[in-house]
Amino acid sequence: MIQAHALTFQYGKQPPIFQDFSWQVEAGDSWAVIGASGCGKSTLLYLLAGLRQPTGGQLLIHGQPILRPRPQTGLILQDYGLLPWATLRQNVTLGLDLRRFYGPDSRHAPPEALAADAPARVRHWLDRLGLNAVADQFPGQVSGGQRQRAAIARTLVLQPDLLLMDEPFASLDAPTRESLQSLVLELPGERPLTTILVTHTIEEALLIGGKVLVLQNHTNITPLVLTNPFRGCQPPVVDAAYTQLTTRIRAELRDANS
Amino acid sequence: MKRFNLLWTSLLLLVAWQALALLVQRDILPGPLPVFRAFFSEMGGELGGHFLASAWRVLASLLLSIALAAPAGLVLGQSQALNRIFSPLIYILYPIPKVVLVPVVMLFLGINDLSKIVMIFLILFFQILVLVRDQAAAIRPELIYSVRSLGAGRRGLFKYVYFPATLPAILTAVRQSIGSAVAVLYIVELIATTRGLGYYIYLYGTTLYDYTKMYAGVMAMSLLGLVLYFAADLLHRKLCPWQFQVSEGSL
Repeated sequence: MIQAHALTFQYGKQPPIFQDFSWQVEAGDSWAVIGASGCGKSTLLYLLAGLRQPTGGQLLIHGQPILRPRPQTGLILQDYGLLPWATLRQNVTLGLDLRRFYGPDSRHAPPEALAADAPARVRHWLDRLGLNAVADQFPGQVSGGQRQRAAIARTLVLQPDLLLMDEPFASLDAPTRESLQSLVLELPGERPLTTILVTHTIEEALLIGGKVLVLQNHTNITPLVLTNPFRGCQPPVVDAAYTQLTTRIRAELRDANS
Repeated sequence: MKRFNLLWTSLLLLVAWQALALLVQRDILPGPLPVFRAFFSEMGGELGGHFLASAWRVLASLLLSIALAAPAGLVLGQSQALNRIFSPLIYILYPIPKVVLVPVVMLFLGINDLSKIVMIFLILFFQILVLVRDQAAAIRPELIYSVRSLGAGRRGLFKYVYFPATLPAILTAVRQSIGSAVAVLYIVELIATTRGLGYYIYLYGTTLYDYTKMYAGVMAMSLLGLVLYFAADLLHRKLCPWQFQVSEGSL
């Protein structure tokens, strides 16, 4: 589904974050991307989201270069990105409003016309994420967990086939984080969905990612990909192989920092 | 602000005025009662016409400045390159007391409504421009990213992000600059005109020595400022309800 061919990216004259970086993601895979801050985790996600353009090489989704945000890609950020002047319900409907605004132009919206059941999806996700009681409040009036739920609902209403998440649970309390992590684990079983989660915690990477991409602090050239058989296993996981995996990642991150 | 408090404060001010009038005992400070009487009878006649002339000038400059300053502020707030070019210019022009330009504007535009409207426009324009620019620049990139990822292009961002984000800035700027706008209105109406509240106040205060009517004019001018201030405040509350909600978390 995603192919990076000799991908190169740098900010201005700084040393490249990615150079001749080749990487592949199969449709339906669940990936975790881990690395210390400044290693390019978010940059990779923004490149995939079409918000940044490679300075060299190619980044393709379904064989197409990503020149602008792709309508079928969902993006969830740590700081929610909700419109402060719109209620949670209006925020969750925003994607549909934009699709109606542009029409099925295959640039801003998919080429297919908006399905008749689209407004029902808003109700469905508000309901499923427990937002009904606060749906008519503004983001400033609700908790961080409710804001992030609204941001997730807003993305899922559009039925993406690729879900990009940039440390979406980093600022949430433990119960909220765990329930949203379970949701992210369930989603690919319900619809064809590829997920890529950027995180800085090893436990979260191993919980969500069937495959883990470890990024280095310097220029990333060869991707370090680890296969994780423990996806969906809530920590603490008592297993020698799990311990080995965490030790390996910790060692790689430490090397990257030195 | 509670309506109740506003009512009490107004009453208190009126009582203080009456007390002062009794204390001074001179015709240059009549009490509130005769002034109110003059105000209501005059508003139906001569004063009403002057009030409308003044109201038209302020409203026209308000609309003109919003129409020009809000889009300009939006563009500058969005484009760092353009802002780099224009911000030194705005930095220099913003603090200049525009009122000193009254003779210049009159020399160029003549002694008509246009020159008066342009004068008030100059005051409002910079206030709105700067506030809208700063507001547009303060929109977090994460917000833009996520709305773009939902499919918004330039038009979508304008409609769903930039416009609602800068609306409060426009209304705040209007509210903050109404005082100076009405002050400049008074000054421009002193010069070469026979219409407007400034002219009316000056005429009755310094030529006809009818102080009660002069104070009725002062009251009309205050009312003009107050009504505009209330209107901006009300619009702010109606159009930007999210800024007036009790919040559980912080924004």
